[in-house]
Amino acid sequence: MADPTTVRSYPFGPIHALEIDPTYFWLQDHEPLARVKLPYGEEGWLLTRYDDVRTALGDPRFSLAQATVRDVPRLTPQRYGGILTDQDPPDHTRLRRLVAKAFTARRVEQLRDRAERITDELLDEMVKGGQPADLAQALAVPLPGLMVCELIGVPYADRDQFRDWVGAWMSVTALSPEQRGDYIGRLAGYVATLAEQRRQTPTDDLLGALVTAQEEDDRLTAEEVVQLTLVILAAGYESTASQIVNFTYALLTHPDQLALLRSRPDLMPGAVEELMRWVPLLAAADVLPRYALVDVELSGGTVPAGEPVLLAKHAANRDPRRYEDPDRLDLTRDAQGELGFGHGAHHCLGAPLARLDIQTALTALLARFPELRLAVPEDRIKWKSGMAVRGPVALPVAW
Amino acid sequence: MSEHWRIAVDREACLGSGVCAATAPGHFRLDDGRSRPVEDDVEADDIVLDVADMCPAEAITVHDAAGNRLAPDSDIGPRTA
Ligand code: HEM
Ligand code: SF4
Repeated sequence: MADPTTVRSYPFGPIHALEIDPTYFWLQDHEPLARVKLPYGEEGWLLTRYDDVRTALGDPRFSLAQATVRDVPRLTPQRYGGILTDQDPPDHTRLRRLVAKAFTARRVEQLRDRAERITDELLDEMVKGGQPADLAQALAVPLPGLMVCELIGVPYADRDQFRDWVGAWMSVTALSPEQRGDYIGRLAGYVATLAEQRRQTPTDDLLGALVTAQEEDDRLTAEEVVQLTLVILAAGYESTASQIVNFTYALLTHPDQLALLRSRPDLMPGAVEELMRWVPLLAAADVLPRYALVDVELSGGTVPAGEPVLLAKHAANRDPRRYEDPDRLDLTRDAQGELGFGHGAHHCLGAPLARLDIQTALTALLARFPELRLAVPEDRIKWKSGMAVRGPVALPVAW
Repeated sequence: MSEHWRIAVDREACLGSGVCAATAPGHFRLDDGRSRPVEDDVEADDIVLDVADMCPAEAITVHDAAGNRLAPDSDIGPRTA
């Protein structure tokens, strides 16, 4: 049984750029099941080893649904969660199956041309604006937003308005709960209107497919159609935008890897997996804790039934038990199995789209700007703070 | 006698997401990071159709005894099988 006598307060301390607090690696070696207390909620166990984190993500003995009825360890008064992420199989399976069909790698592949076109247009604009430019606002933020509009089927005329709402909704810190509620309400109303149009005139976009599913399968409600669309927006927007900026930053600060990728563009798909492994996206391991339904034996001891575990995916992705020389960014490595998109029943639904966005963005950047570089010294880059995801607030680049 | 189905996983296409093994642990397990059916010949069970529809790589196929493909479904919507 793990030793619950030392309770650490979590998170461990302020984060800096893309560095990982060494405490995680100390725990990996000495206390793989570490008792932690967060600002809100009950105590939990922090998992840092690859095998343990993967088990907690993929093993049905761990539950997400329990989090809805427990005092979940968390950093904010409110907890994360919603449709899909609040459910365990088999409840989760019904909805996930319907929405997953719009998200197969094959279906997303059909959007590749659009991704390339949108990226080129955004980069044309960036060039027109002159150097230096902020890569976040020029490319990383708009691209995933426009791609998710393509996927869902938001008409062109509404896109600016739509993205304003989503942007306001996502900027958690800047708005009061009432203002956020107001934006979410407007978005939900708008999505309901789009869904209604599709009941009259069917379309083959994601929302059209969900509406068809609803008509053919009366277990899916109109409310669920709206909720599923909103969760896809919420889950996909900021994470993809941040990773495009983070990956560009990682490449620009690893010139040998950048040069390698320039000389071998065929490495791109694997390079994106390695960047997913290497870059710690989340500020902390507070997102979606799992509850053990029965006693579960992990590498560092037993998680007692009914207790929550927090998953340090970023530390797991650097576990030397899993990856050789894990702190080295090595674009030729086989990073398969990395946990950045999660694992198991809740494995990122949007992973094929996120991969498409990121691969397209990086490919175009390297192809169009042979001299791409940071326009300010590395230590002058300002990083997000108080947000769930990490990343530069802005990434000034020159070319 | 209940109907029998055949499950196949294309291990080349499998991305190791773990969706199948977590959703239907009785039917799929990960072996060396990629999925395998626990048994390839199973009694009819809707969950294997659901999982074949959910696989992000469309790596799982289910056929009935007569060789008709039951999943993945080519269209969104409820299963027609
Ligand atoms: C680089 C970008 C992204 C990263 C790093 C990421 C990461 C993740 C992770 C780790 C999970 C699993 C959470 C857990 O089990 O604890 C997840 C789930 C999810 N992601 Fe993503 N994601 C990204 C982009 C997207 C995009 C573009 C979309 C949609 C357009 C999306 C939609 C979702 C949804 C709906 C879920 C919930 C799935 C479920 O509960 O069944 N994600 N994502
Ligand atoms: S759901 Fe598909 S991709 Fe994921 S592990 Fe199973 S077979 Fe592989």
